[in-house]
Amino acid sequence: MIRLVDVHKSFGSNHVLSGVNLEVAQGQSMVIIGGSGTGKSVLLKCILGLITPDTGEIYVDGSDVTTTPREAFLAQFGMLFQGGALFDSLPVWQNVAFRLLRGQLKKSKQEAREIAIEKLRRVGLGPNVADLLPAELSGGMQKRVGLARAIATNPKIIFFDEPTTGLDPIMAGVINDLIREIVVDMGATTMTITHDMTSVNTIADQVAMLHGGKVRWVGPRSQVFDSDDAYVRQFVSGSPEGPIETLR
Amino acid sequence: MIKAITTLGRLSLGAIAALGRITLFMGLSCLSLFRPPFYVREMGAALLNIGFLSLPVVGLTSLFTGAALALQIYAGGARFNAEDVVPQIVAIGMVRELGPVLVGLMIAARVTSSIAAEVATMKVTEQIDALVTLSTDPMRYLVAPRFLAGLLSGPALVAVADILGILGGLMVATQALGFNAATYLQNTADFLTFPDVVSSLAKGVVFGGIATVMGCYYGLNAGRGAQGVGAATKASVVAAAVLILAANFLLTAGFFSS
Ligand SMILES: Nc1ncnc2c1ncn2[C@@H]1O[C@H](COP(=O)(O)OP(=O)(O)OP(=O)(O)O)[C@@H](O)[C@H]1O
Ligand SMILES: [Mg+2]
Repeated sequence: MIRLVDVHKSFGSNHVLSGVNLEVAQGQSMVIIGGSGTGKSVLLKCILGLITPDTGEIYVDGSDVTTTPREAFLAQFGMLFQGGALFDSLPVWQNVAFRLLRGQLKKSKQEAREIAIEKLRRVGLGPNVADLLPAELSGGMQKRVGLARAIATNPKIIFFDEPTTGLDPIMAGVINDLIREIVVDMGATTMTITHDMTSVNTIADQVAMLHGGKVRWVGPRSQVFDSDDAYVRQFVSGSPEGPIETLR
Repeated sequence: MIKAITTLGRLSLGAIAALGRITLFMGLSCLSLFRPPFYVREMGAALLNIGFLSLPVVGLTSLFTGAALALQIYAGGARFNAEDVVPQIVAIGMVRELGPVLVGLMIAARVTSSIAAEVATMKVTEQIDALVTLSTDPMRYLVAPRFLAGLLSGPALVAVADILGILGGLMVATQALGFNAATYLQNTADFLTFPDVVSSLAKGVVFGGIATVMGCYYGLNAGRGAQGVGAATKASVVAAAVLILAANFLLTAGFFSS
């Protein structure tokens, strides 16, 4: 479904990705873990074509992403950005229904609004927020609106960049269940970046750990918590002692 | 010495490269005007913001400038007994030169800066990335409506500036300098030619285009963080003002040298 072959990306002298190889099967939930600044967000943006890798190939559904027509390619994707990235000039419901109000998937205004309100309900937000502006919401609420926007058109492939950061534990649980539901019920292929081990536990089929610009470890969820890789063990236990350097 | 020359060379190469990128971006902006989908609602909002809401500042600046111009020409003309030429010189000064230039500089200050800050903020908060992933082309969704609004608002604002500038001159001339209002207007109308007016409005089109495209260009190419937004806004206003004045010179030379 999604396949990355030896992907490299540097910003100036900052070598963020140096040879990433990764495969995500159709209908699978891949969770990506790794320290802050290891290039997890950059990786997702490379797949979407928002950042062009220096070298390496990326395939989605067997075809090279640099040669597939952009419009059709992007239509199958949903993405929750790390910062929410809501359009602050548009009210919440128009953010969620952005794709339903224009372009190929255009629906009537009434219908688009109903879908938006339904998606907002699924992320735990009532219809009363629909007409507010994003700036009037709390950080966690904005994140959930971003999530509702990502799933609004039931896309085949969905990327979630830290879906539960900034949420209270109960809401985080709701969102984890929702993502799991999307994978199981809708058969979507998802990649989720998270620092939250509860999320790893509920969402993941497979887990990949990014470290030093490469995929350090990849394996099924059942193995991540008793992996014999010292890096993974240190990461999931959150211990300051281990091979991953911490500056203090 | 060598170092200074190297720096100078690097700077000029950088400037030429930037000019190339800006030219390319202008070409792409023009193309985006003709490629559907067309975002009518965004276009309406841009017209309101760029055209209509610029009216007060454009009106006031041209009114005061026309008034000051009349005073200057009266005083200057008195030195060789040519006080009567006030209406003619005010008309030609405002319509050919000051009207368009004032509009250009005012929208560079008001419109270019606000477009650059808005678009740059969208860029640093990943809203541009989000637009792209939602299958919406920023060139068509953000740039085209603003660009078109600039092309349409420019000449309209220049027309307003020309008229109010002449009106400012008229007010000073009749209230303080003892001119007769009817003769003043008659002299103005007789003196202005069709090419004067056309060149004035054409400058408005060009300046409106430059002001909006520069805002979009620097906004879309903003660096990261709040600093990126600040730098983009500053650079956009400087570039717009300089390009507008340069274009003004070239257009004036083109229109009136023959
Ligand atoms: N557009 C960019 N220009 C320059 N450097 C960038 C850009 N985007 C990311 N980087 C750099 O790439 C590195 C990885 O960034 P990225 O956002 O992918 O980290 P991350 O793994 O998602 O971290 P976090 O868990 O904190 O979100 C960072 O050092 C960052 O400074
Ligand atoms: Mg990140």
